[in-house]
Amino acid sequence: MTAIVSADAALALGDDALVLSHRLGEWAGHAPVLEEEVALANIALDLLGQARVLLSQVGDEDELAYLREERAFRNLQLVEQPNGDFAHTIARQLYFSTYQHLLYGELAAGDGEFAALAAKAVKEVDYHRDHAEQWTLRLGDGTEESHRRMQRACEALWRFTGEMFQPVPGLDLDRDSLEARWTASVTSVLDRATLTVPEGPRTGAWAAGAGRQGLHTEPFGRMLAEMQHLHRSHPGATW
Amino acid sequence: MTGVTATATAAAGTDTANRAVFDAAVAADERIEPRDWMPEEYRSSLVRQMAQHAHSEIIGMQPEANWITRAPSLRRKAILMAKVQDEAGHGLYLYSAAETLGTGREELLDKLHSGRQKYSSIFNYPTLTWADVGAIGWLVDGAAITNQVPLCRCSYGPYARAMVRICKEESFHQRQGYELLLTLSRGTPEQHAMAQDAVNRWWWPSLMMFGPPDDESAHSAQSMTWKIKRHSNDELRQRFVDIAVGQAEALGLTLPDPDLRWNEERGHHDFGAIDWAEFWDVLKGNGPCNEQRITQRRRAHEEGAWVREAADAYARKQHATKTANGEATA
Repeated sequence: MTAIVSADAALALGDDALVLSHRLGEWAGHAPVLEEEVALANIALDLLGQARVLLSQVGDEDELAYLREERAFRNLQLVEQPNGDFAHTIARQLYFSTYQHLLYGELAAGDGEFAALAAKAVKEVDYHRDHAEQWTLRLGDGTEESHRRMQRACEALWRFTGEMFQPVPGLDLDRDSLEARWTASVTSVLDRATLTVPEGPRTGAWAAGAGRQGLHTEPFGRMLAEMQHLHRSHPGATW
Repeated sequence: MTGVTATATAAAGTDTANRAVFDAAVAADERIEPRDWMPEEYRSSLVRQMAQHAHSEIIGMQPEANWITRAPSLRRKAILMAKVQDEAGHGLYLYSAAETLGTGREELLDKLHSGRQKYSSIFNYPTLTWADVGAIGWLVDGAAITNQVPLCRCSYGPYARAMVRICKEESFHQRQGYELLLTLSRGTPEQHAMAQDAVNRWWWPSLMMFGPPDDESAHSAQSMTWKIKRHSNDELRQRFVDIAVGQAEALGLTLPDPDLRWNEERGHHDFGAIDWAEFWDVLKGNGPCNEQRITQRRRAHEEGAWVREAADAYARKQHATKTANGEATA
Protein backbone atom coordinates (compact mmCIF):
# COMPACT_ATOMS: atom_id res chain seq x y z
CA MET A 1 0.00 0.00 0.00
CA THR A 2 1.50 3.29 -1.08
CA ALA A 3 -0.02 5.08 1.91
CA ILE A 4 2.47 3.36 4.22
CA VAL A 5 5.34 4.90 2.30
CA SER A 6 4.19 8.41 3.05
CA ALA A 7 2.49 7.90 6.41
CA ASP A 8 4.83 10.59 7.75
CA ALA A 9 3.59 13.06 5.18
CA ALA A 10 -0.09 12.19 5.68
CA LEU A 11 0.31 12.54 9.44
CA ALA A 12 2.13 15.85 9.16
CA LEU A 13 -0.47 17.40 6.86
CA GLY A 14 -3.38 15.73 8.65
CA ASP A 15 -2.23 16.86 12.09
CA ASP A 16 -1.78 20.44 10.86
CA ALA A 17 -5.38 20.47 9.66
CA LEU A 18 -6.75 18.67 12.74
CA VAL A 19 -5.07 20.93 15.27
CA LEU A 20 -5.83 24.20 13.50
CA SER A 21 -9.46 23.10 13.04
CA HIS A 22 -9.68 22.50 16.77
CA ARG A 23 -8.28 25.94 17.58
CA LEU A 24 -10.77 27.60 15.23
CA GLY A 25 -13.58 25.57 16.82
CA GLU A 26 -12.75 27.30 20.11
CA TRP A 27 -14.00 30.55 18.58
CA ALA A 28 -17.61 29.31 18.32
CA GLY A 29 -19.80 31.72 20.26
CA HIS A 30 -16.95 34.20 20.81
CA ALA A 31 -16.41 35.84 17.40
CA PRO A 32 -16.46 39.65 16.99
CA VAL A 33 -19.33 39.59 14.44
CA LEU A 34 -21.87 36.97 13.43
CA GLU A 35 -20.39 36.75 9.94
CA GLU A 36 -17.13 35.61 11.53
CA GLU A 37 -18.92 32.93 13.55
CA VAL A 38 -19.95 31.52 10.18
CA ALA A 39 -16.59 32.08 8.46
CA LEU A 40 -14.36 30.65 11.22
CA ALA A 41 -16.60 27.59 11.65
CA ASN A 42 -16.60 27.13 7.89
CA ILE A 43 -12.79 27.15 7.73
CA ALA A 44 -12.60 24.82 10.75
CA LEU A 45 -14.94 22.39 9.00
CA ASP A 46 -12.92 22.43 5.79
CA LEU A 47 -9.76 21.69 7.76
CA LEU A 48 -11.43 18.93 9.75
CA GLY A 49 -12.57 17.36 6.47
CA GLN A 50 -8.99 17.46 5.16
CA ALA A 51 -7.68 15.98 8.42
CA ARG A 52 -10.12 13.09 8.26
CA VAL A 53 -9.13 12.15 4.71
CA LEU A 54 -5.43 12.35 5.51
CA LEU A 55 -5.53 10.50 8.84
CA SER A 56 -7.71 7.78 7.31
CA GLN A 57 -4.88 7.03 4.90
CA VAL A 58 -2.68 6.16 7.85
CA GLY A 59 -5.14 4.30 10.07
CA ASP A 60 -8.33 4.83 12.05
CA GLU A 61 -8.98 8.57 12.21
CA ASP A 62 -10.36 8.50 15.76
CA GLU A 63 -7.59 6.33 17.16
CA LEU A 64 -5.06 8.68 15.62
CA ALA A 65 -6.80 11.83 16.85
CA TYR A 66 -7.82 10.70 20.31
CA LEU A 67 -5.33 8.07 21.44
CA ARG A 68 -1.96 9.47 20.44
CA GLU A 69 -0.05 11.46 23.01
CA GLU A 70 1.55 14.82 22.51
CA ARG A 71 4.93 13.42 21.49
CA ALA A 72 3.35 11.45 18.63
CA PHE A 73 1.68 14.43 16.94
CA ARG A 74 3.46 15.77 13.86
CA ASN A 75 1.77 19.16 13.38
CA LEU A 76 3.58 22.46 13.05
CA GLN A 77 3.99 24.43 16.27
CA LEU A 78 2.33 27.34 14.45
CA VAL A 79 -1.11 25.73 14.28
CA GLU A 80 -1.16 24.70 17.96
CA GLN A 81 -0.62 28.28 19.17
CA PRO A 82 -3.55 29.56 21.26
CA ASN A 83 -6.07 31.79 19.51
CA GLY A 84 -5.10 34.96 21.38
CA ASP A 85 -7.06 37.97 20.17
CA PHE A 86 -8.66 38.12 16.72
CA ALA A 87 -5.42 39.55 15.27
CA HIS A 88 -3.41 36.54 16.48
CA THR A 89 -5.95 34.19 14.94
CA ILE A 90 -5.79 36.09 11.65
CA ALA A 91 -1.98 36.22 11.61
CA ARG A 92 -1.85 32.46 12.21
CA GLN A 93 -4.39 31.99 9.39
CA LEU A 94 -2.43 34.23 7.04
CA TYR A 95 0.87 32.42 7.62
CA PHE A 96 -0.62 28.95 7.49
CA SER A 97 -3.17 29.29 4.69
CA THR A 98 -0.61 30.96 2.43
CA TYR A 99 1.68 27.99 3.02
CA GLN A 100 -1.09 25.44 2.63
CA HIS A 101 -2.32 27.08 -0.56
CA LEU A 102 1.12 26.97 -2.19
CA LEU A 103 1.77 23.44 -0.95
CA TYR A 104 -1.56 22.00 -2.09
CA GLY A 105 -1.32 23.88 -5.38
CA GLU A 106 1.97 22.10 -6.06
CA LEU A 107 0.72 18.70 -4.88
CA ALA A 108 -2.43 19.07 -7.00
CA ALA A 109 -0.33 19.80 -10.08
CA GLY A 110 1.79 16.67 -9.57
CA ASP A 111 0.80 13.02 -9.86
CA GLY A 112 1.67 11.95 -6.32
CA GLU A 113 -0.73 10.20 -3.97
CA PHE A 114 -1.89 13.49 -2.46
CA ALA A 115 -2.83 14.98 -5.83
CA ALA A 116 -6.56 14.19 -5.64
CA LEU A 117 -6.90 15.36 -2.05
CA ALA A 118 -4.90 18.50 -2.80
CA ALA A 119 -6.98 19.30 -5.88
CA LYS A 120 -10.12 19.41 -3.75
CA ALA A 121 -8.51 21.11 -0.76
CA VAL A 122 -6.76 23.82 -2.75
CA LYS A 123 -10.12 25.43 -3.58
CA GLU A 124 -11.06 25.55 0.10
CA VAL A 125 -7.65 26.80 1.10
CA ASP A 126 -7.79 29.57 -1.49
CA TYR A 127 -10.88 30.85 0.28
CA HIS A 128 -9.12 30.59 3.67
CA ARG A 129 -6.16 32.54 2.33
CA ASP A 130 -8.42 35.22 0.89
CA HIS A 131 -10.30 35.51 4.18
CA ALA A 132 -7.04 35.93 6.12
CA GLU A 133 -5.72 38.44 3.58
CA GLN A 134 -8.88 40.57 3.72
CA TRP A 135 -8.78 40.68 7.51
CA THR A 136 -5.04 41.44 7.56
CA LEU A 137 -5.77 44.45 5.36
CA ARG A 138 -8.72 45.59 7.50
CA LEU A 139 -6.85 45.23 10.78
CA GLY A 140 -3.48 46.51 9.52
CA ASP A 141 -4.97 49.49 7.70
CA GLY A 142 -7.96 50.03 10.01
CA THR A 143 -7.57 51.95 13.26
CA GLU A 144 -4.42 52.68 15.27
CA GLU A 145 -5.39 50.03 17.77
CA SER A 146 -6.06 47.35 15.17
CA HIS A 147 -2.79 48.20 13.41
CA ARG A 148 -0.86 47.85 16.67
CA ARG A 149 -2.55 44.53 17.52
CA MET A 150 -2.03 43.10 14.03
CA GLN A 151 1.64 44.09 13.98
CA ARG A 152 2.15 42.52 17.40
CA ALA A 153 0.42 39.30 16.32
CA CYS A 154 2.50 39.02 13.14
CA GLU A 155 5.65 39.42 15.22
CA ALA A 156 4.61 37.00 17.94
CA LEU A 157 3.97 34.19 15.46
CA TRP A 158 6.88 34.93 13.12
CA ARG A 159 9.28 32.60 14.96
CA PHE A 160 7.06 29.62 14.06
CA THR A 161 7.12 30.19 10.29
CA GLY A 162 10.49 28.59 9.47
CA GLU A 163 9.19 25.16 10.34
CA MET A 164 6.87 25.10 7.33
CA PHE A 165 9.88 24.79 5.04
CA GLN A 166 11.67 21.96 6.76
CA PRO A 167 11.67 18.64 4.89
CA VAL A 168 8.85 16.17 5.52
CA PRO A 169 9.55 12.53 4.57
CA GLY A 170 7.31 11.57 1.68
CA LEU A 171 6.76 15.12 0.44
CA ASP A 172 9.11 15.67 -2.43
CA LEU A 173 8.99 19.40 -2.98
CA ASP A 174 11.32 22.24 -3.85
CA ARG A 175 11.31 23.78 -0.38
CA ASP A 176 13.43 26.80 -1.32
CA SER A 177 11.01 27.75 -4.05
CA LEU A 178 8.05 27.20 -1.71
CA GLU A 179 9.63 29.43 0.90
CA ALA A 180 10.48 32.13 -1.64
CA ARG A 181 6.92 32.20 -2.94
CA TRP A 182 5.50 32.19 0.61
CA THR A 183 7.71 35.11 1.62
CA ALA A 184 6.76 37.08 -1.49
CA SER A 185 3.05 36.48 -0.92
CA VAL A 186 3.04 37.32 2.80
CA THR A 187 5.28 40.35 2.23
CA SER A 188 2.90 41.68 -0.39
CA VAL A 189 -0.12 41.34 1.92
CA LEU A 190 1.66 42.89 4.90
CA ASP A 191 2.89 45.80 2.72
CA ARG A 192 -0.62 46.52 1.50
CA ALA A 193 -1.85 46.30 5.08
CA THR A 194 0.72 49.00 6.03
CA LEU A 195 2.41 46.45 8.31
CA THR A 196 6.11 45.72 8.66
CA VAL A 197 7.40 42.26 7.80
CA PRO A 198 8.82 40.92 11.09
CA GLU A 199 12.50 40.19 11.46
CA GLY A 200 14.20 37.74 13.73
CA PRO A 201 14.61 34.01 14.11
CA ARG A 202 12.12 31.63 12.57
CA THR A 203 13.26 28.53 14.38
CA GLY A 204 10.19 27.77 16.49
CA ALA A 205 10.25 27.18 20.20
CA TRP A 206 13.03 24.57 20.02
CA ALA A 207 14.57 24.32 16.63
CA ALA A 208 12.97 24.53 13.22
CA GLY A 209 11.19 21.30 12.46
CA ALA A 210 10.53 20.39 16.09
CA GLY A 211 6.76 20.03 15.75
CA ARG A 212 7.26 17.58 12.92
CA GLN A 213 9.34 15.48 15.34
CA GLY A 214 6.74 15.56 18.09
CA LEU A 215 8.35 18.36 20.09
CA HIS A 216 5.59 20.83 20.85
CA THR A 217 4.90 23.97 22.86
CA GLU A 218 3.27 23.87 26.29
CA PRO A 219 -0.28 24.93 25.33
CA PHE A 220 -0.57 21.89 23.05
CA GLY A 221 -0.75 19.29 25.83
CA ARG A 222 -3.63 21.13 27.46
CA MET A 223 -5.44 21.35 24.13
CA LEU A 224 -5.10 17.58 23.68
CA ALA A 225 -6.28 16.91 27.24
CA GLU A 226 -9.53 18.69 26.46
CA MET A 227 -9.92 17.19 23.01
CA GLN A 228 -9.24 13.59 24.07
CA HIS A 229 -10.78 13.45 27.52
CA LEU A 230 -14.23 12.07 26.72
CA HIS A 231 -13.01 9.58 24.13
CA ARG A 232 -10.35 8.24 26.51
CA SER A 233 -12.87 7.98 29.38
CA HIS A 234 -14.85 5.32 27.51
CA PRO A 235 -12.33 2.88 26.04
CA GLY A 236 -13.70 0.93 23.10
CA ALA A 237 -17.02 2.80 22.98
CA THR A 238 -18.67 3.77 19.69
CA TRP A 239 -19.95 7.32 19.26
CA MET B 1 -50.95 42.01 -1.53
CA THR B 2 -48.14 43.77 -3.34
CA GLY B 3 -46.04 46.76 -2.42
CA VAL B 4 -47.45 48.68 -5.35
CA THR B 5 -51.08 48.24 -4.28
CA ALA B 6 -50.26 49.18 -0.72
CA THR B 7 -48.38 52.31 -1.69
CA ALA B 8 -51.18 53.36 -4.00
CA THR B 9 -53.71 52.74 -1.27
CA ALA B 10 -51.66 54.67 1.26
CA ALA B 11 -51.53 57.65 -1.06
CA ALA B 12 -55.24 57.58 -1.71
CA GLY B 13 -56.74 56.67 1.60
CA THR B 14 -56.73 57.01 5.33
CA ASP B 15 -55.53 54.61 8.00
CA THR B 16 -59.02 53.16 8.09
CA ALA B 17 -58.85 52.31 4.41
CA ASN B 18 -55.32 50.93 4.87
CA ARG B 19 -56.51 48.87 7.75
CA ALA B 20 -59.31 47.40 5.65
CA VAL B 21 -56.84 46.43 2.90
CA PHE B 22 -54.49 44.90 5.48
CA ASP B 23 -57.26 42.95 7.22
CA ALA B 24 -58.57 41.67 3.89
CA ALA B 25 -55.08 40.54 2.85
CA VAL B 26 -54.54 38.69 6.13
CA ALA B 27 -58.01 37.13 5.91
CA ALA B 28 -57.28 35.95 2.36
CA ASP B 29 -53.99 34.36 3.53
CA GLU B 30 -51.96 36.75 1.42
CA ARG B 31 -48.44 37.75 2.45
CA ILE B 32 -47.70 41.15 3.93
CA GLU B 33 -44.48 42.55 2.46
CA PRO B 34 -42.05 45.16 3.91
CA ARG B 35 -43.39 48.14 1.94
CA ASP B 36 -47.05 47.34 2.61
CA TRP B 37 -48.98 49.36 5.14
CA MET B 38 -49.36 47.51 8.44
CA PRO B 39 -50.71 48.39 11.89
CA GLU B 40 -48.01 49.64 14.26
CA GLU B 41 -48.83 46.86 16.74
CA TYR B 42 -48.41 44.25 13.98
CA ARG B 43 -45.00 45.69 13.18
CA SER B 44 -43.85 45.88 16.79
CA SER B 45 -45.21 42.44 17.59
CA LEU B 46 -43.28 40.97 14.66
CA VAL B 47 -40.08 42.80 15.55
CA ARG B 48 -40.34 41.46 19.09
CA GLN B 49 -40.95 37.88 17.97
CA MET B 50 -38.35 37.84 15.19
CA ALA B 51 -35.72 39.51 17.36
CA GLN B 52 -36.33 37.02 20.15
CA HIS B 53 -36.09 34.23 17.60
CA ALA B 54 -32.79 35.59 16.21
CA HIS B 55 -31.38 36.09 19.73
CA SER B 56 -32.30 32.48 20.56
CA GLU B 57 -30.24 31.22 17.61
CA ILE B 58 -27.24 33.25 18.76
CA ILE B 59 -27.44 32.42 22.47
CA GLY B 60 -28.36 28.85 21.49
CA MET B 61 -24.89 28.40 19.99
CA GLN B 62 -23.34 28.47 23.47
CA PRO B 63 -24.66 25.29 25.10
CA GLU B 64 -23.63 23.25 22.05
CA ALA B 65 -20.37 25.05 21.34
CA ASN B 66 -19.52 24.03 24.92
CA TRP B 67 -18.89 20.52 23.52
CA ILE B 68 -17.16 21.24 20.20
CA THR B 69 -13.67 20.90 21.68
CA ARG B 70 -14.64 17.69 23.51
CA ALA B 71 -16.68 15.86 20.85
CA PRO B 72 -15.70 12.19 21.12
CA SER B 73 -15.19 11.41 17.42
CA LEU B 74 -14.14 13.45 14.41
CA ARG B 75 -17.42 12.69 12.65
CA ARG B 76 -19.46 14.01 15.59
CA LYS B 77 -17.19 17.00 15.89
CA ALA B 78 -17.80 17.89 12.23
CA ILE B 79 -21.58 17.50 12.64
CA LEU B 80 -21.60 19.69 15.74
CA MET B 81 -19.45 22.41 14.17
CA ALA B 82 -21.71 22.46 11.13
CA LYS B 83 -24.76 22.75 13.36
CA VAL B 84 -23.40 25.64 15.40
CA GLN B 85 -22.41 27.34 12.15
CA ASP B 86 -25.98 26.88 10.85
CA GLU B 87 -27.31 28.53 13.99
CA ALA B 88 -25.18 31.62 13.39
CA GLY B 89 -26.55 31.61 9.82
CA HIS B 90 -30.13 31.35 11.10
CA GLY B 91 -29.48 34.30 13.39
CA LEU B 92 -28.27 36.27 10.37
CA TYR B 93 -31.37 35.43 8.25
CA LEU B 94 -33.65 36.40 11.12
CA TYR B 95 -31.90 39.70 11.84
CA SER B 96 -32.14 40.50 8.11
CA ALA B 97 -35.83 39.64 8.12
CA ALA B 98 -36.34 41.86 11.20
CA GLU B 99 -34.44 44.66 9.47
CA THR B 100 -37.12 44.77 6.75
CA LEU B 101 -39.37 46.21 9.47
CA GLY B 102 -37.04 49.13 10.04
CA THR B 103 -35.01 47.99 13.05
CA GLY B 104 -31.26 47.52 12.62
CA ARG B 105 -29.27 44.54 13.83
CA GLU B 106 -27.15 46.76 16.09
CA GLU B 107 -30.23 48.06 17.85
CA LEU B 108 -31.59 44.53 18.34
CA LEU B 109 -28.26 43.27 19.68
CA ASP B 110 -28.15 46.22 22.10
CA LYS B 111 -31.55 45.20 23.39
CA LEU B 112 -30.39 41.62 23.84
CA HIS B 113 -27.24 42.71 25.66
CA SER B 114 -29.12 45.06 27.96
CA GLY B 115 -31.77 42.45 28.74
CA ARG B 116 -34.60 44.45 27.13
CA GLN B 117 -35.31 41.62 24.67
CA LYS B 118 -35.41 37.96 25.56
CA TYR B 119 -34.24 34.69 24.05
CA SER B 120 -35.68 31.21 24.50
CA SER B 121 -35.60 30.08 28.14
CA ILE B 122 -34.26 26.66 27.09
CA PHE B 123 -30.73 27.99 26.52
CA ASN B 124 -30.40 28.85 30.20
CA TYR B 125 -29.90 25.18 30.98
CA PRO B 126 -26.36 23.75 31.05
CA THR B 127 -24.89 21.02 28.81
CA LEU B 128 -23.28 18.74 31.39
CA THR B 129 -22.47 15.67 29.29
CA TRP B 130 -21.96 14.77 25.65
CA ALA B 131 -25.45 13.20 25.60
CA ASP B 132 -26.91 16.67 26.15
CA VAL B 133 -25.85 17.50 22.59
CA GLY B 134 -28.10 14.65 21.40
CA ALA B 135 -30.96 15.60 23.73
CA ILE B 136 -30.83 19.17 22.44
CA GLY B 137 -30.97 17.93 18.86
CA TRP B 138 -33.85 15.56 19.47
CA LEU B 139 -35.97 17.46 22.00
CA VAL B 140 -35.03 21.13 21.73
CA ASP B 141 -34.78 21.19 17.95
CA GLY B 142 -37.85 18.95 17.80
CA ALA B 143 -39.85 21.44 19.86
CA ALA B 144 -38.47 24.30 17.80
CA ILE B 145 -39.55 22.61 14.56
CA THR B 146 -43.05 21.95 15.92
CA ASN B 147 -43.25 25.66 16.74
CA GLN B 148 -41.64 26.85 13.54
CA VAL B 149 -43.19 24.78 10.76
CA PRO B 150 -46.48 26.72 11.07
CA LEU B 151 -44.41 29.95 10.86
CA CYS B 152 -43.55 29.01 7.26
CA ARG B 153 -47.15 30.13 6.58
CA CYS B 154 -46.92 33.23 8.77
CA SER B 155 -48.60 36.33 7.29
CA TYR B 156 -45.36 38.33 7.13
CA GLY B 157 -43.52 37.33 3.92
CA PRO B 158 -39.85 37.82 4.92
CA TYR B 159 -40.36 35.90 8.18
CA ALA B 160 -42.23 33.05 6.45
CA ARG B 161 -39.50 32.73 3.80
CA ALA B 162 -36.71 32.73 6.41
CA MET B 163 -38.55 29.97 8.24
CA VAL B 164 -38.78 27.71 5.19
CA ARG B 165 -35.02 27.69 4.92
CA ILE B 166 -34.44 27.39 8.68
CA CYS B 167 -36.90 24.51 9.13
CA LYS B 168 -35.11 22.41 6.50
CA GLU B 169 -31.82 22.71 8.35
CA GLU B 170 -33.44 22.24 11.77
CA SER B 171 -35.04 18.95 10.67
CA PHE B 172 -31.62 17.74 9.64
CA HIS B 173 -30.16 18.70 13.03
CA GLN B 174 -32.98 16.97 14.81
CA ARG B 175 -32.37 13.69 12.99
CA GLN B 176 -28.66 13.93 13.79
CA GLY B 177 -29.42 14.50 17.48
CA TYR B 178 -31.76 11.55 17.52
CA GLU B 179 -29.15 9.36 15.87
CA LEU B 180 -26.53 10.49 18.41
CA LEU B 181 -28.83 9.46 21.28
CA LEU B 182 -29.67 6.17 19.59
CA THR B 183 -25.96 5.36 19.32
CA LEU B 184 -25.48 6.12 23.02
CA SER B 185 -28.62 4.25 24.03
CA ARG B 186 -27.39 1.13 22.22
CA GLY B 187 -23.79 1.61 23.39
CA THR B 188 -22.14 0.67 26.68
CA PRO B 189 -24.17 0.77 29.93
CA GLU B 190 -22.39 4.03 30.80
CA GLN B 191 -23.38 5.57 27.47
CA HIS B 192 -26.98 4.43 27.88
CA ALA B 193 -27.13 5.96 31.36
CA MET B 194 -25.66 9.18 30.00
CA ALA B 195 -28.39 9.34 27.34
CA GLN B 196 -31.16 8.67 29.87
CA ASP B 197 -29.84 11.30 32.25
CA ALA B 198 -29.76 13.89 29.47
CA VAL B 199 -33.35 13.13 28.45
CA ASN B 200 -34.42 13.37 32.11
CA ARG B 201 -32.92 16.84 32.36
CA TRP B 202 -34.08 18.21 28.99
CA TRP B 203 -37.65 16.85 28.76
CA TRP B 204 -39.50 19.38 30.92
CA PRO B 205 -37.54 22.43 29.76
CA SER B 206 -38.38 21.36 26.17
CA LEU B 207 -42.10 21.32 26.97
CA MET B 208 -41.72 24.83 28.37
CA MET B 209 -40.42 26.01 24.97
CA PHE B 210 -44.03 26.21 23.74
CA GLY B 211 -44.63 29.07 26.16
CA PRO B 212 -47.14 29.57 28.94
CA PRO B 213 -50.51 27.83 28.95
CA ASP B 214 -53.06 29.38 26.58
CA ASP B 215 -54.91 31.23 29.33
CA GLU B 216 -51.69 32.95 30.47
CA SER B 217 -50.19 33.80 27.10
CA ALA B 218 -50.10 37.59 26.69
CA HIS B 219 -49.61 37.84 22.92
CA SER B 220 -51.34 34.72 21.65
CA ALA B 221 -54.82 35.96 20.73
CA GLN B 222 -53.57 38.94 18.71
CA SER B 223 -50.88 36.87 16.97
CA MET B 224 -53.48 34.28 15.98
CA THR B 225 -55.78 36.93 14.52
CA TRP B 226 -52.90 38.33 12.48
CA LYS B 227 -51.85 34.87 11.39
CA ILE B 228 -48.37 35.38 12.77
CA LYS B 229 -49.20 32.38 14.87
CA ARG B 230 -51.34 29.49 13.61
CA HIS B 231 -51.82 27.25 16.63
CA SER B 232 -52.01 27.82 20.37
CA ASN B 233 -49.13 27.02 22.74
CA ASP B 234 -51.02 24.11 24.30
CA GLU B 235 -51.99 22.65 20.91
CA LEU B 236 -48.38 22.63 19.74
CA ARG B 237 -47.14 21.24 23.06
CA GLN B 238 -49.64 18.37 22.78
CA ARG B 239 -48.56 17.67 19.20
CA PHE B 240 -44.92 17.52 20.35
CA VAL B 241 -45.66 15.15 23.25
CA ASP B 242 -47.63 12.81 20.98
CA ILE B 243 -44.70 12.56 18.56
CA ALA B 244 -41.97 12.32 21.24
CA VAL B 245 -43.53 9.37 23.09
CA GLY B 246 -43.10 7.01 20.13
CA GLN B 247 -39.61 8.31 19.43
CA ALA B 248 -38.54 7.74 23.05
CA GLU B 249 -39.75 4.14 22.82
CA ALA B 250 -37.79 3.60 19.63
CA LEU B 251 -34.73 5.04 21.37
CA GLY B 252 -35.12 2.67 24.28
CA LEU B 253 -35.27 5.60 26.69
CA THR B 254 -37.99 6.69 29.10
CA LEU B 255 -39.53 10.13 29.56
CA PRO B 256 -39.41 11.43 33.15
CA ASP B 257 -43.16 11.78 33.66
CA PRO B 258 -45.11 9.23 35.76
CA ASP B 259 -48.42 10.74 34.58
CA LEU B 260 -47.68 10.25 30.90
CA ARG B 261 -50.22 7.87 29.32
CA TRP B 262 -52.34 7.44 26.21
CA ASN B 263 -55.86 8.81 26.51
CA GLU B 264 -58.08 6.84 24.15
CA GLU B 265 -60.96 9.27 24.49
CA ARG B 266 -58.93 12.36 23.57
CA GLY B 267 -56.78 10.54 21.06
CA HIS B 268 -53.75 12.16 22.71
CA HIS B 269 -51.27 11.50 25.49
CA ASP B 270 -52.08 12.97 28.86
CA PHE B 271 -49.02 14.31 30.63
CA GLY B 272 -48.06 15.64 34.05
CA ALA B 273 -48.13 19.22 35.27
CA ILE B 274 -45.38 21.55 34.12
CA ASP B 275 -43.53 23.47 36.84
CA TRP B 276 -44.58 26.94 35.73
CA ALA B 277 -42.88 28.53 38.73
CA GLU B 278 -39.56 27.29 37.31
CA PHE B 279 -40.49 28.57 33.84
CA TRP B 280 -41.25 32.11 35.06
CA ASP B 281 -38.17 32.07 37.25
CA VAL B 282 -35.88 31.18 34.32
CA LEU B 283 -37.60 33.82 32.21
CA LYS B 284 -36.94 36.42 34.91
CA GLY B 285 -33.22 35.64 34.70
CA ASN B 286 -32.84 33.14 37.54
CA GLY B 287 -32.17 29.98 35.53
CA PRO B 288 -28.93 28.00 35.91
CA CYS B 289 -27.09 29.78 33.07
CA ASN B 290 -28.84 33.13 32.42
CA GLU B 291 -25.96 35.15 33.82
CA GLN B 292 -23.29 33.07 32.09
CA ARG B 293 -25.00 33.18 28.66
CA ILE B 294 -25.56 36.90 28.56
CA THR B 295 -22.13 37.65 29.99
CA GLN B 296 -20.42 35.58 27.31
CA ARG B 297 -22.50 37.25 24.58
CA ARG B 298 -21.68 40.73 25.89
CA ARG B 299 -18.02 39.87 26.24
CA ALA B 300 -17.78 38.58 22.66
CA HIS B 301 -19.42 41.80 21.48
CA GLU B 302 -17.28 44.11 23.63
CA GLU B 303 -14.02 42.31 22.90
CA GLY B 304 -14.88 42.40 19.20
CA ALA B 305 -15.52 46.16 19.18
CA TRP B 306 -12.01 47.03 17.99
CA VAL B 307 -12.36 44.52 15.12
CA ARG B 308 -15.64 46.05 13.95
CA GLU B 309 -14.17 49.55 14.26
CA ALA B 310 -11.16 48.48 12.18
CA ALA B 311 -13.44 47.06 9.47
CA ASP B 312 -15.44 50.32 9.39
CA ALA B 313 -12.32 52.48 9.28
CA TYR B 314 -10.83 50.38 6.49
CA ALA B 315 -14.07 50.53 4.49
CA ARG B 316 -14.16 54.32 4.85
CA LYS B 317 -10.55 54.61 3.62
CA GLN B 318 -11.26 52.35 0.65
CA HIS B 319 -14.36 54.38 -0.18
CA ALA B 320 -12.41 57.65 0.08
CA THR B 321 -9.66 56.29 -2.17
CA LYS B 322 -12.19 55.17 -4.78
CA THR B 323 -13.98 58.51 -4.66
CA ALA B 324 -10.69 60.40 -5.00
CA ASN B 325 -9.65 58.24 -7.94
CA GLY B 326 -13.08 58.66 -9.51
CA GLU B 327 -12.82 62.44 -9.23
CA ALA B 328 -9.29 62.42 -10.60
CA THR B 329 -10.44 60.47 -13.67
CA ALA B 330 -13.45 62.73 -14.10
